[in-house]
Amino acid sequence: MTDLGVRRPTLLGGVGESAARPDGIAKTTGEFEFLGDMSADGMLWGATRRAYVPHARIVGLDVTPALAMRGVHAVLTFDDVPGHRYQGQHVTDQPVLAEGVIRHWGEAVAVVAADDPETARRAAAAITLELEELEPLTDLEEALERGEVYRHVRVRRGDPEARGEVVVEGTYETGMQDPAPLGNEAGLALPDGAGGVDIWGPTQWTHVDHRQLSACLGLQPEAVRVHPCRIGGAFGAREDLSLQTHIGMLALRTGRPVKMVYDRSESFAGHVKRHRSQMRYRHEADRDGNLVRVTARLLLDGGAYELTSAAVVANSSYFAVGAYDCPNVEVDGYVLRTNDPPTGAMRGFGANQPCFAAEAQMDRLAAQLGMDPLELRLRNALEQGGHLATTGQLIEHPLPTREVIRSLAAIPLPEPNDSDDPRLLPGGTGLTTPRSGVVRGVGYAVGFKNLQFSEAFDDYAEARVELTPDGAVVHTAAIEVGQGLVTILEQIVRSTLNMTHVRVAFDHTGRIGSAGSTSASRQTQMAGGAALEAARRVRDEALERAGGDELDEAGVWRDGRLLASLEELCAGAAIEHHVRYRHPATEEPDENGQGALHVDFCVAAHRAVVDVDVDLGMLRVVEIAIAQDVGKALNPQQLHGQIEGGIAQGMGQAIMEEVVLDRGVVRNPTFMDYLLPTSLDMPPVEAVLVEEPSPWGPYGAKGMAELPTVSATPAVAAAIRAATGRPLDRVPVRPQGIVGLQ
Amino acid sequence: MQILRPRDLDGALDALAAHPDASLLAGGTDLMVEVNLEHRRPETVIALRRVGELAEWRDGFIGATVTYARMERERLPALAELARTVGSPQIRAAGTLGGNLGTASPAGDALPFLAALDAQVVLASAEGRRRLPWDEFLLGPGHTALRPGELVLGVELPDTVPARQAFAKIGVRQAMVIATVNCCVVRHDDGATRVAMGAVGPTVLRAREAEALVAGVAEPSPQLLDEFQRLVSKEVQPITDHRSTAEYRRHAAGVLARRTLERCLHR
Ligand SMILES: Cc1cc2nc3c(=O)[nH]c(=O)nc-3n(C[C@H](O)[C@H](O)[C@H](O)COP(=O)(O)OP(=O)(O)OC[C@H]3O[C@@H](n4cnc5c(N)ncnc54)[C@H](O)[C@@H]3O)c2cc1C
Repeated sequence: MTDLGVRRPTLLGGVGESAARPDGIAKTTGEFEFLGDMSADGMLWGATRRAYVPHARIVGLDVTPALAMRGVHAVLTFDDVPGHRYQGQHVTDQPVLAEGVIRHWGEAVAVVAADDPETARRAAAAITLELEELEPLTDLEEALERGEVYRHVRVRRGDPEARGEVVVEGTYETGMQDPAPLGNEAGLALPDGAGGVDIWGPTQWTHVDHRQLSACLGLQPEAVRVHPCRIGGAFGAREDLSLQTHIGMLALRTGRPVKMVYDRSESFAGHVKRHRSQMRYRHEADRDGNLVRVTARLLLDGGAYELTSAAVVANSSYFAVGAYDCPNVEVDGYVLRTNDPPTGAMRGFGANQPCFAAEAQMDRLAAQLGMDPLELRLRNALEQGGHLATTGQLIEHPLPTREVIRSLAAIPLPEPNDSDDPRLLPGGTGLTTPRSGVVRGVGYAVGFKNLQFSEAFDDYAEARVELTPDGAVVHTAAIEVGQGLVTILEQIVRSTLNMTHVRVAFDHTGRIGSAGSTSASRQTQMAGGAALEAARRVRDEALERAGGDELDEAGVWRDGRLLASLEELCAGAAIEHHVRYRHPATEEPDENGQGALHVDFCVAAHRAVVDVDVDLGMLRVVEIAIAQDVGKALNPQQLHGQIEGGIAQGMGQAIMEEVVLDRGVVRNPTFMDYLLPTSLDMPPVEAVLVEEPSPWGPYGAKGMAELPTVSATPAVAAAIRAATGRPLDRVPVRPQGIVGLQ
Repeated sequence: MQILRPRDLDGALDALAAHPDASLLAGGTDLMVEVNLEHRRPETVIALRRVGELAEWRDGFIGATVTYARMERERLPALAELARTVGSPQIRAAGTLGGNLGTASPAGDALPFLAALDAQVVLASAEGRRRLPWDEFLLGPGHTALRPGELVLGVELPDTVPARQAFAKIGVRQAMVIATVNCCVVRHDDGATRVAMGAVGPTVLRAREAEALVAGVAEPSPQLLDEFQRLVSKEVQPITDHRSTAEYRRHAAGVLARRTLERCLHR
């Protein structure tokens, strides 16, 4: 028994604090070892030969010139794939290497391993590749006509005869956005000497990679270990495999470690993008502004391989109306096979495109009714107890739609710009625009999205929490891509165990079960939920073993007396608990797309203020305000980080970010021409966090990191419309569009 | 790849004479991009940074390796304005006037300034020197009159450089952007006006009809400025590419030139 003089330690960095990231200093000082910094003894370098045409038959492929080069150890093609020859997260329809046909710009044809990166690149270029170009399919209407449909989501709800008196119709388009994470793809494959392989690659979900990799490499599951990676950003780009299978094949063939790193241009070819879309909408309302009926047809460009497209179009279709009540709905969402680059997951996962269209429709409807646009939204707001307009699902949990709209409206508008500082004017230092030439516009949008996986997917996360003499360790396979999960897991376990010293160990697939994907705004609730439950069990066991009623860093206490130190507690059998955590179950849609398909929802409202030079089409976003439903703010600073970053990405899609396609060919695969907002483009953000605790999320938290992107895009577009009076039904809005030209 | 690092102009010209096809390296902000993209694989590189003569800036002469960072601090307003729009601070610290000429991009931001001032490009080789007017040096996109064995020594400005000069540039974001249209206007004391437009033709071009329209008119009326704007739009030769459309560039060129002229008139 320990003495009575021990002081009660205070808990630092628990839930609700803006705790610092454990890796923050290493990242800011450049000491953090990212994927691309890894190396191994005797390592070879990989390179990929790609075909930069949208559609072609391979009539000649000869690798001998590459193999003949000094320093080249292997050159592999489709025929060399040892196991299953196709990959993909949901649908495995993407050939690991091109299978006689090129189906999209940048498709990988062969991979090389050589002594150094330069030799590898030169060898890849030396492969003889003869192509017979074929007509690419890139028109969405044509793809629909030809039946090139990966999935059609059909939603029918309410009375097909019901009609509203006030009608607005519109067609809308969104461009293809690149996730453009800061870290390019990189990876390392390490043969284990016993026929197996360890793989580090850019990922958001190691276990789903593991399933594909063991199949494609033709290995038993135990022979492949997929390691968590230290990667700079993801945004969906890492949900499907990029280079992992290739380095795995090369490592197995050569028996040596193989590293591969993409440069930015190859990265544009090597990862999935946000679906471009064409949408047709009809909103009908009564004279008071109550929505009566929404009809929509959505076409999404799924690109050359299906991958996750079926789930993306489901989201687009189910969130086609937005956070509004509407009794009668008809949606047809199609995702189409084309010869454009493959599209897949990207922040918002299909909710962004319809949000752009539907929010523009709400503004048009408000204008038609002579109503304030926020008033119209408040009138139709969907909240707890209502039914999702598309699927009819009862909204069981808190959904503070009115609260986010009202909180947003309460944020004061920014002052008019009375400065001649060019950086505060459209055109910036280009000095295009005098202050007198500027018109200010204000636009609003409400964003709405599901949390976690839907449509009856068995969605779970595992975690193990272990008590040690100096704190606790959380084990998980969840992926930290920079979003801050590592901090959140620490905070949840700190608060639960009442101890400051908590560390997260990111384990490979051989050590722990799946945590599910770092996507769908999931991990705070899922990996966090698993860690919370495991920590609770650890705490309960510790209390029970020592017979106490309180646990902290010092040990177990009762009535202010320390009964056992952590060291003493850990001296016996280990105190550790492993949890497989599931969120409440969801259903499959019926033939009308009806059912309780989602576990939960979140909502946000954006207001954009934009200064527009209407003669020249230049603009400057002055401020973006947001009120967002977060359940409970576990770490306010990280929330603000996600909000600002998300807004930058949503604003980017509104005014500049687009993969420019010319009949399937990407015209701008560099940061010289694929423009992302710079710090001078990014306006100040005013954010209000609306806290209505989730009944099932850890400490009431909800996932939140997609929504700041979802409704930023339509809010910025609406503000430009307000300033110019032009319809602007396509994003990104271009200067030529603002001045009314082609 | 061999890298030669001459310490003075003679050394540079000798090196060039020995390796007439060498790539010249100034700030490297274009050259290294091309090397990285594997568009160029020079056998020999001659690095110019140590060549003091190329960094000279005296009355009427600006050396080839003068950087944008320096131009930003000097007293020629349009030159400072254009320099401020180039890339980021890092690019401005490295990128040079000579490099902009060597690259001869239709969108090069220093080029409208040279065109508006009717600058001469001074070229040097082991054989001697020659001067070419800007429009005989810039021949097309990426195409100049530079001969093997020759380098750009710098540019010569005319004897009188009017204080009324202004530059403007349209890009799709607030910084770090290639010009969709750029423009430099120079107004002489006698009312003579020079209007140079970039990114709206194979090389920077002059809107000579528009220039003639406002020449000598002390205070152009709004109607005259409308006509000026229309003429600039008519005279440019833009194309549609992945950065913008011909139609927009044509429109924007007129608006931008007019505003830049107005700025000049009020200087
Ligand atoms: C991120 C980024 C942003 C940029 N932004 C802009 C911009 O906003 N506006 C703009 O105009 N440009 C921009 N550029 C392009 C570039 O910075 C400019 O063209 C710059 O002037 C090039 O100068 P440099 O000294 O770096 O040239 P280098 O790269 O060293 O050389 C460029 C070319 O000129 C040749 N050359 C260099 N010096 C001489 C000489 N003395 N005689 C003959 N030939 C010579 C070289 O051989 C080479 O072909 C940008 C580039 C980057 C990477």
